[in-house]
This record gives sequence, C-alpha cells and structure tokens, in this order.
Amino acid sequence: MKIAIASGKGGTGKTTLSTNLAAYISETEKIVLSDLDVEEPNSGLFIKGDSVHKEDKFKMIPVWEEDKCTLCGICQKVCNFHAVIQLGSQIMVFPELCHGCYACSELCPVEALPMVPKKMGELKEFKNGDISFIESRLIIGEEQAVPLIAQTQEYVEKNFSEDIIKLFDSPPGTSCPVIEAVKDVDFVILITEPTPFGFHDMKLAAETVKELKKDFAVVINRYGIGNNDVIDYCERENIPILAKIPNNRKIAELYSKGEIIYTHVPEMKDELEKIKNYIFNLRKDRK
Amino acid sequence: MKEIVVISGKGGTGKTSFTASLAYLGGSDVVVADCDVDAADMHLLLKPDFAKAEEFFSGELAVINQDKCTKCGRCKEVCRFNAISIINNQYIVDSLSCEGCGYCARVCPVNAITNEDLNVGNWYISNTKVDNTLVHAKLGIGADNSGKLVAKVKNEAKKIAVENNKDYIIVDGSPGIGCPVVSSLSGANFVVLVTEPSVSGLHDLKRVYELVKKFNVKAGCIVNKADINSDKANEVREFLKEEKIVHIADFPYDVSFTEAMTEGKTIVEFDNGDLKKLVVDSWNKIKEITK
Amino acid sequence: MRIAFTTKGTEWDSNMDPRFGRTDFFLIYDEEKKKFTEFDNRAIGGEAHGAGPKTAQQLFELKAEVLITGNGPGGNAATVLEKAGMKIYVGAGEMTVKQAYDAYKNNELKEF
Repeated sequence: MKIAIASGKGGTGKTTLSTNLAAYISETEKIVLSDLDVEEPNSGLFIKGDSVHKEDKFKMIPVWEEDKCTLCGICQKVCNFHAVIQLGSQIMVFPELCHGCYACSELCPVEALPMVPKKMGELKEFKNGDISFIESRLIIGEEQAVPLIAQTQEYVEKNFSEDIIKLFDSPPGTSCPVIEAVKDVDFVILITEPTPFGFHDMKLAAETVKELKKDFAVVINRYGIGNNDVIDYCERENIPILAKIPNNRKIAELYSKGEIIYTHVPEMKDELEKIKNYIFNLRKDRK
Repeated sequence: MKEIVVISGKGGTGKTSFTASLAYLGGSDVVVADCDVDAADMHLLLKPDFAKAEEFFSGELAVINQDKCTKCGRCKEVCRFNAISIINNQYIVDSLSCEGCGYCARVCPVNAITNEDLNVGNWYISNTKVDNTLVHAKLGIGADNSGKLVAKVKNEAKKIAVENNKDYIIVDGSPGIGCPVVSSLSGANFVVLVTEPSVSGLHDLKRVYELVKKFNVKAGCIVNKADINSDKANEVREFLKEEKIVHIADFPYDVSFTEAMTEGKTIVEFDNGDLKKLVVDSWNKIKEITK
Repeated sequence: MRIAFTTKGTEWDSNMDPRFGRTDFFLIYDEEKKKFTEFDNRAIGGEAHGAGPKTAQQLFELKAEVLITGNGPGGNAATVLEKAGMKIYVGAGEMTVKQAYDAYKNNELKEF
C-alpha cells in the first residue's frame, strides 16, 4: 500500500513525520520509506542505515553527430524548450533544458541527433532494521525533478512486495513534482501547522489532491500555536484529522540534531500510534 | 535602487516572515515582490488590495480538433509522455500529462492539433496596508514552475520601483535550488539567507549557497531559532566565516513569531522589545551593506 | 570591435539591464562604423524555458564580439557565449550605456 506524505507549505514536518512514522511502524513490521524531495532530500539525515544498493539514474537526451549533420536547422526549429541551438556551423544541446520529447532526434532527416542516456541523479537504498530507505537525489544544475521521482517510484514498485507499506516523503508545494509524487499512491497524508501560512497552503494542497481524485487526511503539527482555522476547515469539509502533534521545543531541538523524536517524547508516540492504526485499518479495508 | 533577495533552501526557516517585516519597515521606500509563487504567503501579512490582476501564460497544451481528426493515431505514437489516450473513440490530450513539446502537432497529417498557450496562474499588483506596492502571483495546480512567473513578478516590481524612484526592491525568493530560485537570484544586489541551526537547515544552506556563488552576489545570513542547538549554530557560523557570508543576526526560538503571524501581523508590529530590535537592526545592517 | 550591451533602452544614456537571458534590449555598437544596431529582446518574456541559450544564440547572430552586462549570463547562456568566442565583461548593471562603455575602455570592468 502506497502512502504519500505531502504539504503545501515547506517546513511543516513532512520529513519529521515520514521518518518517525517509518521508524515506529518498523517496530511491528517491514516498511519502505522513500524520499521524493529529490532537489533537497533530507530524510537520510535521520534514517541512517547500511548501504544496500546504489544506481545512477538517467534521462534520454540528444547528442550531436557532427559528421552526419547537414546544418538544416530543423532540430532547433522543433525544440519548444530551446534545448537545441544552432550557432553557425555548430549544434549545441542543453541537457538540463531537454524534456525528452525526442522530436529533434526523430525529425532530423539524417539521424544526426541520436538519443543517449545522461545521468541526472542517483538512487540509493539503505537498510536499518526493518526499514528499507530509498533516497534519490538530483545532481546540481539538473532542474527536472519529475523523471527522477517517476523512476524512484518504479524502483520501489519493482523491488518490494505489494503488502509492505510504502511511505513517500513528497516535495513541498503544488507544482508538477508533487503531482508526480502523488498521482499513483493509494492515500495522501497532508501535514500542516495551524497558522495562517499553514492553513492557506494546506487548502492549496487539498485542492491539488482532490483534483487527482486521491483519498486524504490531515495531520496537524505544532498543535497549540496559531488558531483553530485548520480544524474548523477539516470539520466543514469532512476531512479526517488523524493526529495532532503538540508544539514542543524539545521536538525542535531533537530534530535539529537529526534524531528520531518519538523515543524521547511520549506524546508524539501516542499520535504516531493513531496514524499507524488508521493506516492498518485502511489496508484491511482494501483487501 | 537595490534589489535584496531573501532565500532559504529549506522551507519553514522564517524567510517569508522576515521578508514581510522588511516590507513593513521599508514602508513607502520599497517595492515588494513575492516570488515564492508556488504557495505564496506574504499577502497574508501585508493585506494587499489586488488592484490589478493579469492572467499568466506559460508553456503550451496540445489540443486536438475532433472535427479534423482522422484517428490515424500518429500523435499518440510520438507522444513520450503518455498524454494522449483514446476515450469514447476520440483522441484526447490529458492536460496534466502534456509537456507542451509540440511534437504531436508537427506530425499530424491533417493539422488537427494546435498548441494553445496555457493559463497557469495569475499575477497581481497591489497596494499594501503599509503603503507600498506588492507584486505577487498565484500559480495554478500542477503547473510547471519554471523561472518565468518569478521573472515576471520581479520585472513588474522593478518597473514600478524605477518609475517611482524607490530605493529598494525586497524579494521573497523561492525555496529549493531549481529554476525558480535562479530566476529569483538573477539581478540581485544582495542575498539574505535565512537558516536554522539543524542538520537539515545547514545541509540545505550549503546546497543553496552553491547556487548563490555562481551569481557572484554578496550574501548575508540570518540564523533563526538560533538557540535550539548551540553546536549546530556554531557549525553554521563556521560555514559563514569560511565563505565570507555576513552574519547579520541570530534570532531566538520564540513563539511570538507565530503568534504575530496568527494575528496577521509582522513581528515588528506585534513585538515592542528585543525581537523588534533584532529585526530593525538587521534591516539597518542590510541597508548599510548595500549603500 | 562590435560591442553588445544588455540594456533597458536604445540610447547612449539608457540604463543598462543587469540581466542577460531576459534583458529587454541589446545595443550593438560598431566601433569602426561608430553606429548602433538595436535588438528588442522583450519577446523572450514569453519563453518559459531556455531564455539563456536562445538569447545567447541571438547575440551570436547579431555578430557581437564583446558583451558588456551586469551580473553575467547564467550557466547555459555562458556555455553558448564561450563557444561563440565572446569576451564578457560584468559589473555594469547600474550604469548607463555610455558609462558602461567608458568603464570598459578604461579597464574598470571585471572580465567574466
């Protein structure tokens, strides 16, 4: 069963929740946690495990074969992203701008732009007890998160069995990387803080998830600060609130050190238990 | 006129709250640009009036004219993004999957496919409660956040600043390290990095600073929640020293920041003591450095 | 030498545009002929991606040999310009075109 942990606003606790929830569930059964925030993956700072596997991830880009080229300029014309430029007698390709549509390659009359794989990121798998942790990271300068997110999910699908719970720590926001992270999961947990920024961005995230026709629920982090707008909104919209993690300076301190929190903070453990039970029930219902 | 861009790498460090305070302190001397377009929040504190609203177009969407379509399937063959499917015996483009590459339109034998400009959001020019102009935007769901909307917001802010002889443009930058950040940084005279002394905070600070270095711009740093981890805070200070980044200030972990936000106020409106002083001193320092 | 400036306008006393990829205009000054060519780059505002390379290629077609600008081109644009053999000088972002030219002649600008 695949569960994405997402939020509109950054800094609301996606990684805190994903890592602690994964660690908690791993006390009972095997679990897979993947960090899909490929621009700035952070979960690995908290889940330290033994390296099990590493692979380079590629996307296809065109490569110029000078001796075949007739400088007709069709490649530049058909590229909507300015990833192929003709500079006099030279063709230049910009891999980071390439979206992999293959138009230049396939429309070149002399096959002078074959598509070849180019490394754009790395996927690493770690094991820590019953947690399998997968982290994907874009190499700096590489802009496009979507292909790496998709390939990471394929890897998880291929390498782990159907009944293991798979948590996906998603990127923040509502633009295409988040869509890619969330579109094939079974359930989404939106984590937010009960402040005006948190509330505003949570509504955007909720809209996004609804557009993708995904079932979802909310977890409130730093409960105690701010106001009740998030709770009122969820009640009006019939969105289940799975847990309310209390605002606690100790949690911030433990987080700052890169430590798992619930083992030191019992109130957090109680909230994780509620989330775990909800997930287990979901799994039972799906069978 | 100086352009000051505030970025953070990691989310949740206090970037927007700090930028809003500068907007308040700057008052009518500044123009504000909210370039954090994927989840823009400054308006929640500055109470803009959305005086002018414009649609924003970015990228294209392929649209198949069903009257002309001969159902040859050529478009579906060439699409690498699985964006074309057959529904009720018609070839339909899925707008969330279409990348706007234009390939299908080029190969359609009967020219049944057009590329339409995609309305992915709106941008606004507003007057704020603190007597300055805020240029901001709202990006639609699932939109491709390239640097374009960010560039648009900044450009409009710049135009207004120049026309009205303003001293500063204050930019709430985008989080992360991708193109929206690059677009936020281009043209900056000074970058303010807002960070927190945590493992994640330092990690992301270093990653985003790699990007800042490429632009050759002077940078300063605000360490927020500085007292939650003194070891990490020292590590941050070491890093700042090594890279010759100005250490602007340390802000303590204080619930007042969120209380202020909850009341729709910036910290300098809410607090009358040390916190306010810290922000005022920071703003003065920034003005001094960029003179 | 043909010298290109990234500008906000088309006169000697126009302000420089500190950006490259999305600069409003290019002014190309031919030192031998003492003449200006102007290019309106503002359509680039309609481009979501690849503004840098496209603009750099445009500059190549305008046959500039030296580029004077503000902050400097971003990564992709810089690659194109390097390949085109263009010399790039930065630091003129806050000047007028005339001031930027004088600064260049007096070796006051930094080479990119």
